[in-house]
Amino acid sequence: MPGASGFSLGGATLLTLFLALSAAGQGPAPPARIRAEDRRSGYHFQSPETQAMQDDDAANPGFLWVLEGEALWRMAAGPAGASCAGCHGDAAASMKGVAARYPAFDAAAGRVVNLEQRITRCRAERQQAPPLAYESRELLALTAYVASQSRRVPVQVAIDGPARPFFEAGRDFFSTRLGQLNLACRHCHEDHWGGQLRGDRLSQGYGNAYPIYRLEWQTLGSLQRRLRSCNIGVRAEPYPYGAQEYVNLELYLAWRAQGLPVETPGVRR
Amino acid sequence: MAKALIRVPPQARRGEVIEIKILISHPMESGQRRDEMGRVIPRDIINRFVCLYNGEEVFGAEFFPAIAANPFLAFFTVATASGELVFRWTDDRGTTESEAASITVV
Amino acid sequence: MSRGPRSPFRPTRREFLAATALGLALPPAFLRAAQASPESAAAAMKAVTGGAPLREGKVTLEIPPIAENGNSVPLTLAVDSPMTPAEHVRSIHLFAEENPLPNVARFTLGPRAGRAQVSTRIRLFKTQKILAIAALSDGSFWSASAEVVITLGACLED
Repeated sequence: MPGASGFSLGGATLLTLFLALSAAGQGPAPPARIRAEDRRSGYHFQSPETQAMQDDDAANPGFLWVLEGEALWRMAAGPAGASCAGCHGDAAASMKGVAARYPAFDAAAGRVVNLEQRITRCRAERQQAPPLAYESRELLALTAYVASQSRRVPVQVAIDGPARPFFEAGRDFFSTRLGQLNLACRHCHEDHWGGQLRGDRLSQGYGNAYPIYRLEWQTLGSLQRRLRSCNIGVRAEPYPYGAQEYVNLELYLAWRAQGLPVETPGVRR
Repeated sequence: MAKALIRVPPQARRGEVIEIKILISHPMESGQRRDEMGRVIPRDIINRFVCLYNGEEVFGAEFFPAIAANPFLAFFTVATASGELVFRWTDDRGTTESEAASITVV
Repeated sequence: MSRGPRSPFRPTRREFLAATALGLALPPAFLRAAQASPESAAAAMKAVTGGAPLREGKVTLEIPPIAENGNSVPLTLAVDSPMTPAEHVRSIHLFAEENPLPNVARFTLGPRAGRAQVSTRIRLFKTQKILAIAALSDGSFWSASAEVVITLGACLED
């Protein structure tokens, strides 16, 4: 310990070690899960007006994308003129429950993928159609349309077997300090959910309503857009869209959200 | 322009006051924002909306840039007769977008 | 692009830094065209009334006192009127005192409306007063107003 006359060598070493441990992106904290009875969708941390906007399908702007997604579902794409409907038929039947179990391990890809990536892969391989970029109107519309077929279905993702290492990577990321503000996801979304951060009440950080219509964006956006925004918020350099780091995190967030119903398209501030 | 969502009751009693809800996809670029180079992004909004009921205008709106993106409107009209409701949006360039809905009045 | 569109009225860091680098600690609004003020809103309202007296009453303006995001503030305007051919609302006008432009919307009604009530969502640049004027078929003008507080979000995305 530092003596009254100044630091002893031992004290300086201890102090350095202490500072190094607190500052560095240290290993995962023990999983401080939010109990099932305390689990609340991001919906509950919005104002009543924003909630009302989500509740009314005629007022929820997300449905403009769902409507477009429905048209894209039936539209032929690629040289063979195949449409999603050609293989999958009526989406209300074939896609029900799908979004609730994504992200999921994809054997062909050899890794966990999210819904956007699964849709893009189908387009590339089955339809031989041009790829859809992240945050493109078409991909958002298709993702919103497919995910909305799982509205009210409880989130339930598999984290065992081949998905396990990806889940653990996402779990570790959630507790890793990032950016100039040196904060990890859990500091806000697990340790301080419900607390006030300027005008916002902190949510528990789930993806069950995505893609969402975000008032800040004035448009529909993906969960990865929100994760990148969060990273920018703590003054960290965001990963590119489609980064496995984010997909792993999405899987972890889905595991944390399990039991909560899919709300796509959600409305958030 | 883009897609629109219309909510009109398919059927109503004669004289009943019905609520109509409409949503149209449009960024409503206000003309106040700047791009990453600092240049003003020019104004580009829907500036007019009308609802015609069997050809007669029953509701109209003039929008300014302070109307939020993907404009939403809920308004009322009297169910006078069966027929067609036409919804028309016009933007700054003069482009119009129209949608129609049928109504049965008993 | 790596980031989505920014909020229409909120300044970016670039704009703020530019202002402060010039040694001017000006509010970001000065980086834009001249902003509305209660005076310009009053002038816009006078253009509607032609100087006729503005009476308080009949009009209700339902808007949240604290808005979560200035990009989209929901409101409902209603006017107490029988909406008959003899007595109805001709038009309703909406103004925001401290937006870059004072005019927000104008709605034209008439007896076929059945009920003088309109809901929409508006953009508000900052905490300010919103005003509504209803022009009735008898030539009278009625008004209502409300104060809306615009809050700043937790994390800035730019």
